[in-house]
Amino acid sequence: MSNKLGQLTATEIAAALQRREMSAREVAQAFLDVTDTYGAFLHVDAERTLAEADAAQARLDAGETSPLLGVPVAIKDNISTQGRPTTCASRILEGYIPPYDATVISQLHGAGMPLLGKTNLDEFAMGTSTENSAYAVCKNPWDPTRSPGGSSGGSAAAVSGGLAPISLGSDTGGSIRQPAALCGLVGFKPTYGRVSRFGLVAFGSSLDQIGPFGQTVADVAAISQVICQTDGLDNTSLPDAPLGAMDLANASVKGKRFALPRELMSDAVEANVRASIEQAIRTLEAAGATVDHVDLPSLSLGVSTYYVIAPAEASSNLGRFDGVRYGAREEAPGHVESLMATRGKKFGHEVKLRIMVGTYALSAGYYDAYYLRAQQIRGLMVAEIDALWGEYDAILSPTSPCVAFPLGGFSHDPMALKQMDFCTIPANMGGYPALSLPCGLADGLPVGLHLMGPVRGDERLLELAAGVERELGCAPLRPGLA
Amino acid sequence: MSEYRLSVGMEVHAELRTQSKMFCRCQVAFGGEPNTRVCPVCLGLPGALPVPNREAIQMVLRTALALNCQVPVDSVFHRKNYFYPDLPKGFQVSQYEETNPIGYHGHLMIHTSKGPKRIGIKRVHLEEDTGKILHLPGGGSGVDYNRAGVPLMEIVTDFPPDIESAEEAREYVAQLRQLLVYLGVCDGKMEEGSLRCEPNISVRRADSETLGTKTELKNLSSFRNVFLGTEYERRRQIAVLETGGTVAQETRGWNEATESSYLMRTKESEQEYRYFPCPDLVPLHFDRADVEAARAALPELPLAKLQRYQDEFNLSPQDAQLLTAERPWAEWFEAAVVAGGDPKAVCNWMNGDFARLLKETGQAAVIPGVESDTEGREPARMSPEILVKVAKLVADGTITGKKAKEVFEKAYMTGDDPASMVEGQTQISDTDFIRQAVADVIAEHPDPVATYRSGKGGVLGFLVGQVMRRTQGRANPPMVQEEMRRQLDETS
Repeated sequence: MSNKLGQLTATEIAAALQRREMSAREVAQAFLDVTDTYGAFLHVDAERTLAEADAAQARLDAGETSPLLGVPVAIKDNISTQGRPTTCASRILEGYIPPYDATVISQLHGAGMPLLGKTNLDEFAMGTSTENSAYAVCKNPWDPTRSPGGSSGGSAAAVSGGLAPISLGSDTGGSIRQPAALCGLVGFKPTYGRVSRFGLVAFGSSLDQIGPFGQTVADVAAISQVICQTDGLDNTSLPDAPLGAMDLANASVKGKRFALPRELMSDAVEANVRASIEQAIRTLEAAGATVDHVDLPSLSLGVSTYYVIAPAEASSNLGRFDGVRYGAREEAPGHVESLMATRGKKFGHEVKLRIMVGTYALSAGYYDAYYLRAQQIRGLMVAEIDALWGEYDAILSPTSPCVAFPLGGFSHDPMALKQMDFCTIPANMGGYPALSLPCGLADGLPVGLHLMGPVRGDERLLELAAGVERELGCAPLRPGLA
Repeated sequence: MSEYRLSVGMEVHAELRTQSKMFCRCQVAFGGEPNTRVCPVCLGLPGALPVPNREAIQMVLRTALALNCQVPVDSVFHRKNYFYPDLPKGFQVSQYEETNPIGYHGHLMIHTSKGPKRIGIKRVHLEEDTGKILHLPGGGSGVDYNRAGVPLMEIVTDFPPDIESAEEAREYVAQLRQLLVYLGVCDGKMEEGSLRCEPNISVRRADSETLGTKTELKNLSSFRNVFLGTEYERRRQIAVLETGGTVAQETRGWNEATESSYLMRTKESEQEYRYFPCPDLVPLHFDRADVEAARAALPELPLAKLQRYQDEFNLSPQDAQLLTAERPWAEWFEAAVVAGGDPKAVCNWMNGDFARLLKETGQAAVIPGVESDTEGREPARMSPEILVKVAKLVADGTITGKKAKEVFEKAYMTGDDPASMVEGQTQISDTDFIRQAVADVIAEHPDPVATYRSGKGGVLGFLVGQVMRRTQGRANPPMVQEEMRRQLDETS
C-alpha cells in the first residue's frame, strides 16, 4: 500500500497537523501501513508509536505549536531506546532492550515526535552499503537491486521509500551523508558535540555524530533545532550546542565562495557523478557564487587515516560485548571460553575485521606507527582545512564518487568500497558540520552534492544549503518522480 | 650467607571519599545488596558515556600537591583495555604516560626509627574501580558492580625504589594513609579495601647494582601485614638465592592466618593493555592560578604539625606524634590551647584520661560548633573549654591531681562546669590549718615519729598520708609534706 503522505515533507506534515487537516494518529498510521519492502526497519512497535502519536495530538489540541509536533520519526538501531530493542543490527545484541533512552530520544519525545521504529544498518555502523546487517538486506527505493548506501541505509531507505517523513542516523565517516546521496535525500552531520552522543552505541567515539535525514534542507534544519542541545551526560557536548537563528527562506548563494578540493574531484569520481557536480557548479556560478579549485594534499590520506583511528576506537568500544551483562551469550566452561565463543559467533565478519585492525593499531610497538601517526595526520588535515575558512564559506565536493551500486557489487573488493568514503571522511576528522543534498540524477539515480563548513558554522551551512537547494531546484527528489 | 639489600616499590590504591562514582551519579558506599548502586554508565551499557566527577579530580589534585608533585597543564584520561567479568566496559578509564597524570615526580618525607627518609613518588593518578566477583552459595559466580566506577586514586613510588626495609614499607603506607585521611580524600580503611597496597619486592646482593627479580604481594589488609609480608618475602627470596635458585616474577598473596605468602599467578609476559586517550573525555585543564589556590588551601600536613608541636609547644616527639596521629585529635588539642590551656597539661589530659574515656565509652571527641564526621560514634560531652578548666583548677592549686581525675571523669560524663563540682571540696592551702593538722598527727603517732628521727626518712610518706586522711584529702599535699618535714626536723 502506498502512502500519500510519503509525498509530503516533514515540515509540510507538521503544518497540516497544526491546521488540524489530519491527526497525529492518522499520520503515524499512514506510515505504519506502508509495507516495508526495502528492509528499512528492524523493529516496529505500532501500538507504542500510536500511543506516542495520541500524546502528541493531546499537545496539539492543547494549542502547542512546537515545529515538528506529531511528526513521526524513524531511528537508526544503534541509538538507545528505552523499552524498544536496540540491536545495532548485530546478533550480539539480540534480545537486548535498553533500560534508558539516548539523549536524542528524550529530545524527540520532548518535541512530541512519535518513534516509527528502529532502522537497519551495517552491523555497529561498520560499512557503507547496509549489507553488513546481521538481520536483513536493505534495498534502495530507487532501485531495489541496489544498495541504499550505509551505514544508515535503513534510515535513508525509510525516508526515500515513503516509510517515514524524517529519520535519524549516525555518521562516523559519512554514514548519513553517503546514503542520503544514494537515496536522493538531504543528510546532515552537525558539528561534533552539537548533538549528544549519550545513548548512541559507540563505534569511533571521536568521529561519531548523530544527524538527520530529510527530504529538504528545511526538514533537517527543523529536526536539528530539536537535537542540537548541550548535554551534561556527554563530556564532549559543546557548551553552546543549540542552533542560533537561521533564515532559510531568504538564503542565497549570491556572493558565496566555495572551495572545490582537487583531491575530491579526482579520477576516482565516476564520470556521471562528475558531470552532475560540474553542472551544479555552473548553476551556482550563474547565480553569483564563486567556486575555486584548491589543493588539500592531506585529504588523499583521509581513508587510510580513518581506517586506523575508527577501528582503533571501535576495538576498545566493542570490548564491553562479552555476554556477561546483556545481549547474546554463548555458554562455555570458563569465562575466557565463553567470551571467545560469544564474540566469535555473534559478531559479524566486518566487525571482527575492524576489531582486529584496531587492536593491532593500538598494540604496544605499533601504537606510534599507526594510531599516533594517524592522529598526527588528522591534525595536519584539520590545519589544512581550517586555513580555508577565512576565504571560503564552504568546501564543495561530490558526496560519493558513484551513484547507488548493485547489492553485492563489492563483495569481492571490500577495499574498493572503503575507498569511496574519501569525500565524507574529512568532516569527521575535524568535527566539521557537513551535509549532502541532491543535485540531480545520473542514469536515473540520485547524485549528492557535499558541503562542509567550519566548526560551529552549522547555521550558515544550512542557510547556504538552502540557497543551493533553491538554485538546483531538485529537492525533494522522490523515486516516484524519476 | 651474603649480605642482601631489599628494594620495595609500592602501589597504593585509595578509594576516594566522594558522594558519587567517578563517571556517574551512583552513590559511593561500602557493602549493601549487590547491584543496587548501578546505572547504565557504571554497568557499561551500550551507548552510555562517562562524565567526570569534579570532586574526585580536586581530591587527587590536593593529594598530588601534598605529595610535592608536579601538576601538568593538561591531563588526559586513557583507556586500559582488557577483558574481565568485573570490568563492565572492557576497559578501565585510567591515566598513562610519565608526565600526564594529575601528579608526577613528587615525594613523601616519612619518619622512621633511623630518622627522616624521602620516598620518591612517580605518579598520582585517577582511575575507576572495578566490580567484585562473588562466589555464589549455590555454586557458580556472580558479579557485583556496586564498586564499579568508584573513584580510585593510584599512588606509585619512584623507580628505582627508595624503600629498603620492611619497617620503611610499613611506615610509608602508614604515613601515606595518615596524609590521605588528613586531606579528607580517603577513609583509609584497609580492612574494607578502601586503601589497598601492593608492594613489589626484590632483593639483591649488597654488591650488585642491578635490582633483583620482583614479586608483587597482594591482600595486605593492615600495616602489620605490610611489615610481615615484606619481611617474609625478603627472607623467602634470600633463601631461594642462597640455595642457588632464581626468584620468579610472580604475583603472590598474603595469608594472614599462616603469616606466609603463596603463589597467585606467574607473570610470563607484560600485559598488553592497548592504552590510548579516552575519546569520550575532554582533557582536564589545570589553570596555574587554580593549582596555586588548591595548594594554599591545603591543611597543615602531619609532618609539619609534628615538628611545630615540638618547636612551638615544647612537646616531646612521642607526645607530638600521639596528638598529630589523627587530624580531628590534633584540632581538638589546638582548640584547647586556644582556649588558654597549657599545651603540656592539655596533652597529658588528652593522651591520658580523655583518650581512655573515649575508648571506654566508644565516643568521639568533637569541638562544639565545629562540624565533624564522627563515623557514627556518639559525640563526647567533653569540650576543650572544660578540659582547660580542669587543668587550671590543678595548676592554681584549687584541687589535687587525684581529685582532678575524679572531676575530669564527672565532667566527661555530664558536660557540667568543673568549678561547680569542687565547691566545698576545694583544696586547703591555709598555713595555720595545715600547721595544726601536722602537729596533731605528730602527737598521735609517737612511734613513726621516733622511727623518722632515728634517721629512717621513709616513714615520712605515712605521716603525710595521715594528714591527708584527716583532711579528707583536701590539704595541699606539697604544703603538708613541707610542713611535716619542718616540724619533725625542728623538734628533733
